Amino acid sequence: MDRTQRIVSARIGRVFIYALLIFTALLYLAPLYVMIVTSLKDIEEIRSGNLLLFPLKPSLYAWQKAWSSACTGSECDGLAPFFWNSLRIVVPAVAISTFIGSINGYVFSKWQFKGSNYLFGALLLGCFIPFQVILLPMAKLLAVLGLANTVTGLVLVHIIYGIAFTTLFFRNYYIGIPTELVNAAKLDGAGFIKIYKLIFLPLSKPIFVVTIIWQFTQIWNDFLFGVVYSGSGTQPITVALNNLVNTSVGGKEYNVDMAAAIIAALPTLLVYFFAGKYFIKGLTAGAVKG
Amino acid sequence: MGTENTSYVQFKDIQKSYDGETLVIKGLNLDVACGEFLTLLGPSGSGKTTCLMMLAGFETATHGEIILDSQAINNVPPHHRDIGMVFQNYALFPHMTVAENLAFPLQVRKIEKTEITRRVQNALEMVQLGQFGNRMPGQLSGGQQQRVAVARALVFEPKLVLMDEPLGALDKQLREQMQYEIKHLHEQLGITIVYVTHDQTEALTMSNRIAVFNDGVIQQLAPPDVLYEKPENAFVAQFIGENNRLLGTLTETTDDTSCSVRLDSGEVIKALPINIGKTGDRSQISLRPERVFINTTAENCTNQVRGAVEELIYHGDHIRARINVCGHDDFIVKVPNSASHSLMQTGESVTLGWQVEDCRALDDLA
Repeated sequence: MDRTQRIVSARIGRVFIYALLIFTALLYLAPLYVMIVTSLKDIEEIRSGNLLLFPLKPSLYAWQKAWSSACTGSECDGLAPFFWNSLRIVVPAVAISTFIGSINGYVFSKWQFKGSNYLFGALLLGCFIPFQVILLPMAKLLAVLGLANTVTGLVLVHIIYGIAFTTLFFRNYYIGIPTELVNAAKLDGAGFIKIYKLIFLPLSKPIFVVTIIWQFTQIWNDFLFGVVYSGSGTQPITVALNNLVNTSVGGKEYNVDMAAAIIAALPTLLVYFFAGKYFIKGLTAGAVKG
Repeated sequence: MGTENTSYVQFKDIQKSYDGETLVIKGLNLDVACGEFLTLLGPSGSGKTTCLMMLAGFETATHGEIILDSQAINNVPPHHRDIGMVFQNYALFPHMTVAENLAFPLQVRKIEKTEITRRVQNALEMVQLGQFGNRMPGQLSGGQQQRVAVARALVFEPKLVLMDEPLGALDKQLREQMQYEIKHLHEQLGITIVYVTHDQTEALTMSNRIAVFNDGVIQQLAPPDVLYEKPENAFVAQFIGENNRLLGTLTETTDDTSCSVRLDSGEVIKALPINIGKTGDRSQISLRPERVFINTTAENCTNQVRGAVEELIYHGDHIRARINVCGHDDFIVKVPNSASHSLMQTGESVTLGWQVEDCRALDDLA
């Protein structure tokens, strides 16, 4: 094969690769596109028109209704109250479970004690326990604690369930930090807390980002715990979305459903959009060289 | 400093076992004087690092007592021991600047801010890094990083400084330069240093005294010259410097200054009795290559044997001759490269000679 032939065949290969990638990307983005355009159409246009067509008269009516006046069961206040519920659950649950995971990981990697490896192994089992298994015991526990149907109860459930994952993340990250650093800090006069605060915490940014994104996504998207352990006023947005879609007063309002679904998914979408690259970086971050 | 406190650091009857069955340190007794530079030297697995770790507080002694400045420290956690340490891989905090690294031990000791700044700058100048305070450790070369590590170990004026193979990660030239720098710092500041290495040249160059470890026991504790010139057993003779060994059986002990050993090849050698058993026991004759004379220069020696030159290696200032002597073909002689020495030829037969006081009858390792 001569030079020009080789260049031509390389170009063809390249074009093929790009075509395939673009096609796949469009395929994956198509549902999002349909959701967005549908949410901007009025109901007449949806019934008559093509699913993929751009809206003739774009309007935010559906978004407004989904946010503030759509019916989710007997109440018709939209998703707004539930959005705040979710936020009230997610923020403390993520913060506390991430912090506990970080301390656990610090202990399991650098302050090992007799049997700590077995304890870590036992904790890891928590990653493999299906949600359904703990439903009944957890309900009992929440009742005993007087936290049934409360936001605090849901926060507690998510913290407990999240600790296994957060501990695993931090422990595996910290194991890559040379123990010599810990020993050096000890001889310099620092104890358990100072070493954590002054050495480990500043070195943990990447794994904090990963853990926070992971926990945020898990807890925000949770449906099962939300539907089981919440009361009527404390439901998270996922449960409310389900109720909204299943509540039909008159005809089915696809545009409102679509807007509601996007609103419910928006926070996790934004988190990935802004912190996604840190997520990849954090997952692939190697050991900190001492 | 230079006080008379010869027991500033004390290991009293220390034993250490990791698994509760085998002892890695067997009944160690060791005193380190105030202001001394003491090196723990030995092959890997000999227990030297374990000793250092017990001193630092990262390992606990299974039995016995460790004393620092007249205080038992067995139950004192590392961060309350007031000991500085230099690690092999520097162990600088990667997220702090050089100055912040140096300030760290002072900050955790809650020392005043202006005092911290002053001491950090002093320490940086001491290791010739006055301009490098704002750099991150990652921006420094290995040698510079190790200097920072040394400065960090000294900045809070600890009672004792430990060094765990601190030059192991540096290249040869830098290592030699750092050896002198650390030695000079020690002389200037009069601090007590316990140094661990498996490099005997490093130990000989830097130390006041060297403790040679093997198999969890100190084989000999002595100043470098004594260790080299007067090894007390076969292990030390073999481990420190280059050594020729001849194996045989003890036939006669005349007095404290002379004994006879019949080599396995038949020759009888007169040697200095150091570490021998009774007549009839196996013994190893140990002899430094530079103490062997050849041909005419060997005429006045008490011990004379014949040998065949196997190999000659030119080293510039001296010639290394490998000679087959008394059934050992690994006998090394260092011949000074001076005009008075005629060049030997490979295969040539030569007379070798040495004095009684230069060859030491030791235990038989094999």
